[in-house]
Amino acid sequence: MEQLRFGQAIGKALADAMEADPKVILLGEDIGEAGGPFGVTRGLYQRFGAQRVFDFPISEAALVGTAAGAALSGLRPVAEIMFMDFCTLAMDAIVNQAAKAHFMFGGQTAVPIVVRAPHGGGVNAGAQHSQCLEAWFAHVPGLTVVCPATPADAYGLLRTAIASPDPVLYIENKALYARKGEFPDTPAAIPFGQARTARAGRDVTVVTYGAALYQAEAAATQAAEKGIDVEIIDLRSLQPWDEAGVLASLARTHRLVIFHEAVEAFGVGAEIAARMADVGFDELDAPIVRVGAPFMPTPYAPNLESAFLPDASRLLAAIERVMA
Amino acid sequence: MSKKSTPARSGQDTDMLLACYRGMLRIRKVEQRLSKLFADKEIPGFIHLSIGQESVPVAISRHLRDTDTIAATHRGHGQALAKGIDLTGFVAEMMGREHGICRGRGGSMHIADAKLGMLGANGIVGGGISLATGSALAHKLAGNGDLAVCYFGDGALAEGIFHECLNLAALWSLPVLFACENNGWGEFSRTDRQFCGSLERLAGAFGVPYRYADGLDVIEVTDVAGTLIAQMREDRRPAVLECRVERFHGHYEGDPQKYRDPAEMALLAERDPLARARQALTAAGVDTARFEALEAEIEAEIDAAVAEARAAPIPDFAAASADVYAQA
Repeated sequence: MEQLRFGQAIGKALADAMEADPKVILLGEDIGEAGGPFGVTRGLYQRFGAQRVFDFPISEAALVGTAAGAALSGLRPVAEIMFMDFCTLAMDAIVNQAAKAHFMFGGQTAVPIVVRAPHGGGVNAGAQHSQCLEAWFAHVPGLTVVCPATPADAYGLLRTAIASPDPVLYIENKALYARKGEFPDTPAAIPFGQARTARAGRDVTVVTYGAALYQAEAAATQAAEKGIDVEIIDLRSLQPWDEAGVLASLARTHRLVIFHEAVEAFGVGAEIAARMADVGFDELDAPIVRVGAPFMPTPYAPNLESAFLPDASRLLAAIERVMA
Repeated sequence: MSKKSTPARSGQDTDMLLACYRGMLRIRKVEQRLSKLFADKEIPGFIHLSIGQESVPVAISRHLRDTDTIAATHRGHGQALAKGIDLTGFVAEMMGREHGICRGRGGSMHIADAKLGMLGANGIVGGGISLATGSALAHKLAGNGDLAVCYFGDGALAEGIFHECLNLAALWSLPVLFACENNGWGEFSRTDRQFCGSLERLAGAFGVPYRYADGLDVIEVTDVAGTLIAQMREDRRPAVLECRVERFHGHYEGDPQKYRDPAEMALLAERDPLARARQALTAAGVDTARFEALEAEIEAEIDAAVAEARAAPIPDFAAASADVYAQA
């Protein structure tokens, strides 16, 4: 088992998918000769050429709309949105066109596109380059939403996303690109809707996804020093999400904290909390607690952003609260 | 800008004009029946009729292959019918039936026949423009000589996506025909209150070939579209076709059109591509009996389609709700 960076795992998944299927093409701003704003697509233009890797104009509505049109005509485009915040410019293509075509047309068609969208703060990029908007997309019937945390999951979920006949929002936290992790010698596709137990524990379940996983692991280590045994469920897929897996963990620990970087209000955690309050009501020994970002735009100044981002200490406080 | 139809000169010209007339008449008759079915509450929701605009899709479709793709608009019944959509499946879809081409899930604004290369009608003004552009990219990469037709109305001229896609199609040399049915109205407002540019100059700014054709003259549209499309199959570049047409009915069916000048409305009968074609055919010696036979044949086809659609079952909710994703 080798070590690979998160961004490299995404690049490898793209390369392997392109090798396996000539219908896979890449569309995105600066992804070709420049190798991508974060270097994720480095080398792919040189390897696969200008007929497979397209440097797109700064024209996000056309980027995703064109990807959807090409998909309706038989290709499997992967569109890179430079920062997830820019999805706002492509919302018609994602929400009204790609998400609905299969259903609206009575199942005649599929729109196999992947929209790669980097989210997340921590780099002082300010309010328009840091948002975690995954809940918007998880709310739209027809879309699949995934958000991996490890290189192996980044690879496996991207292979599944590219092979899927449905439009997939593939969300990658910018803070993870350089992070190294174990990478299997023969990496496998990972099915949608299956969570991973990142840490087994008896006392409290923490459900998380994306880069927040690493804050959760830090909080679990601190909790262990206080005698609290935390189980961490890494969702990996947000739509569909592993309701049975979360419920099974809750049935063991009887306490649930949901932790994500996105703004807490109306976020992914709200859906999980609501479902567990329903189907898991009899298992609960404490209120379900969410920990996410406060209801404000991502601020710029380092001290402000640090205070804004949910961290291990806030999660630990929530864990202690449900254990009290 | 408009001119009278030139009477057909030869037997071949007459045959072509008759074929175009038949295509336009079929769209007209179908939409008149839809209007009736809507008034009788047999069709729910919103429908947007293209009566007065039939020449454009009929003319363009004469030059299309089954494998060419089209993005249709919310006023796209004619675009779908001219591409060859099955009439029974079309009517059944309007009536919200299981045997509708989209199994009753789409309706008028979302009608599509994928096997005919339809990328779908679209409920979003300008919504199909990027789909057609992307489809053209797929055609170009496939190297098959196919092209994409992007139907849109003048109401989409101020949409940013049109400007983005015109740029992209020119930049990457994509075989997409941007076909504007300019009826002078964007929903309930005149185009000149919404768009201060010129489509010709806009196309020119991106270096995209532009041609105008009078939508009242189906032969002129056929000729101009044929020239553009033949060129596009050769050089794999985009083109813009603009046709002035009239919108006889309201924005949506049932729209009383109180915002339109009665004097202008009174002139519409003079600006009817079907009437023009019929005059030219009459001048070329086509007699009344031939027209009556055509009408009867089309009405019989519509009667049969409506009867079959009425007999079709309504869709099953469980089946619909289980088919949100293509992945089984």
